[in-house]
Amino acid sequence: MANLKQLSQQEEFFTPGHRMCAGCVAPVVVRQVSMAAGDTPVVIANATGCLEVASTIFPYTAWRAPWIHNAFENASATLSGVETAYRALKKQGKIDKKVKFIAFGGDGGTYDIGFQSLSGAMERGHDIVYICYDNGAYMNTGIQRSSATPQFADTTTSPAGSVIPGKIQWRKDLTAIMAAHNVPYVAQVAPSHFNDLITKVQKAIAVDGPAFINAMAPCPRGWRYDTREGIEMTRLAVETCYWPLYEVEDGQWKLTYKPREKKPLTEWIKKQGRFRHLFTDENKELLEQFQQRVDEEWEKLLRRCGEM
Amino acid sequence: MQEKIALTGNEAMALAMKQINPDVVAAYPITPATEIVQIFSDYVSNGLVKTEFVTVESEHSAMSATLGASASGVRAMTATSSQGLAFMWEVLYIAASYQLPIVMPVVNRALSGPINIHGDHSDTMGARDSGWLQIYSENTQEAYDNLIQAVRIAEHPDVLLPTMVMMDGFIISHAMENLEILSDQDVQKFVGEFKHHRPALLDLDNPITVGPLALYDYYMEFKRQQAEAMRTCKPVILQVAQEYAELTGRKYGLYEGYKLDDADLAIVVLSSTAGTAKVVVDELREQGVKAGLLKLRVFRPFPYEELAQALSGRKAIAVLDRADGFSAFGGALFNEIRSAMYDVKDRPLIVDYIFGLGGRDVNLDHIRKVYADLAEIAKTGQAAQLVSYLGVRE
Repeated sequence: MANLKQLSQQEEFFTPGHRMCAGCVAPVVVRQVSMAAGDTPVVIANATGCLEVASTIFPYTAWRAPWIHNAFENASATLSGVETAYRALKKQGKIDKKVKFIAFGGDGGTYDIGFQSLSGAMERGHDIVYICYDNGAYMNTGIQRSSATPQFADTTTSPAGSVIPGKIQWRKDLTAIMAAHNVPYVAQVAPSHFNDLITKVQKAIAVDGPAFINAMAPCPRGWRYDTREGIEMTRLAVETCYWPLYEVEDGQWKLTYKPREKKPLTEWIKKQGRFRHLFTDENKELLEQFQQRVDEEWEKLLRRCGEM
Repeated sequence: MQEKIALTGNEAMALAMKQINPDVVAAYPITPATEIVQIFSDYVSNGLVKTEFVTVESEHSAMSATLGASASGVRAMTATSSQGLAFMWEVLYIAASYQLPIVMPVVNRALSGPINIHGDHSDTMGARDSGWLQIYSENTQEAYDNLIQAVRIAEHPDVLLPTMVMMDGFIISHAMENLEILSDQDVQKFVGEFKHHRPALLDLDNPITVGPLALYDYYMEFKRQQAEAMRTCKPVILQVAQEYAELTGRKYGLYEGYKLDDADLAIVVLSSTAGTAKVVVDELREQGVKAGLLKLRVFRPFPYEELAQALSGRKAIAVLDRADGFSAFGGALFNEIRSAMYDVKDRPLIVDYIFGLGGRDVNLDHIRKVYADLAEIAKTGQAAQLVSYLGVRE
């Protein structure tokens, strides 16, 4: 269990002065990961995306830890190479520190274009922790749909029009796909539940081998919420069971947080401009369909976790 | 101490890699370069190298992981061909921009489509402006020698640029030839212990940011420095060749001139075709025809001054391009040779032949035809056709 007071006194590897938007939750995720890492020396790889471009505008950097950006789709492969170089040096007795390797990628660089690279690195068993900051669209290029985008969301490539009501497809369940790689540790987290997030990242760092963490990281521009409410967005996503918090440790699925009372999905989506079109009379049915699918997915997860 | 043995081109490259003994190799198999990776993995499995070997899931990841390892401060290598090189494209540019001394054997093979597995130069010609040094080899011996020298060149503090070493797919990669090899110790001594001349990612006490965003206020200075590194590496290539000659007795330069000094008619070509052309040069010399050959070894950096000097005084020159440029104005080698010759006084007539695409055989008769054409051009002072195709059904 993380102690907030202690955590707040730690030196973080991500510094102020970066240029992420007000209300963006990605830096909050990074800072919580940094708190979880504590004094462990880390090397970070970053996929192309908001976090990368806004934190390393030459000649400035917001990173206190060794950090590498290569391209959009290859953070996992790049970090595989770094971790392998570390093992080579360790074997030769040229480095003795215990070092951990963390990759950050958005949902574009993780679910979609970087999917093959991620799958390969997980299968090969590199000792890396991959953290996806999932804001549910290609926010860096201007809010285009990704395979992580929720169904019905209005994005610039799945615009809610008179014929098509936003994104047609349900989102890809990447966390489950990563669990299917049989890696030692997989978890889904939200920074509103910081204790849960930090505990999971600490577990991921502690395991010997690959770990994957999917962190919800709302985007005020893409989701169109009040910039003050970024953390509230993740809290509601968890409380409505759209974004359940769970872990898969050595193949064992475990729910780490169960809302006392499951909130209706509308409580989460009514605060977001990207779902505004669902609150019209003609789209009432879609709203019901959306709630029904969330319920089904939640039950599926409960069964997987032995909760029903 | 050298030993004479018979090896295929792939075996020779794999052996050179073993003797270089890199810290990290990340590679993905592709015909006709597969054997290099396969043989090397055997060395790894049997503990004959210290290398950590990463069996990546694609060439894109091969180059990405090699980049990550190299940026970490170790000696890192990979090998590929054709589509594999094309798949690496994006990361080739990044490796060059980060000035990482990665060394990579490339077995030349035609790019799709149509899909084809045989040798031509479309793969590496496409990557000619990626910022990598490019060294082409005529035969197995050269492939072996060039790969060992490439390590020293790439890692030299004045260079620090990635380097690819080429040989022709199947023609060399799968052909058994006699060659002289060095002992493991001699190669180790020649390449030396890896030193990283730039801050490394795994220097944990001095954290650095590798690969930041540089916009219009800095990007151009990054590129200018990269261009400067490429511009200044010629003396290093020659110095390394000199040291290698002292060790092996085998001399290398930026190019090889074959009976070129007094030649009236000259062919300029890369790689294995030079071997075929040399036979024809000898034949013509016996007939009293002043034929010669320039085999370019180092295509990047492009040694335009040296080439202009070596080719000036010829009456007619044919450049043989084993890759089309699809520019309607010949191949890349032709374009650059012609540009290099622009300032030459009394410059010769220069024509281009596109040949050997997709492994299409080029035989003695094809080369004889080229020299016959050149004799006609020299005589009439006119070239009927600037760019033509050799050995194609039209």
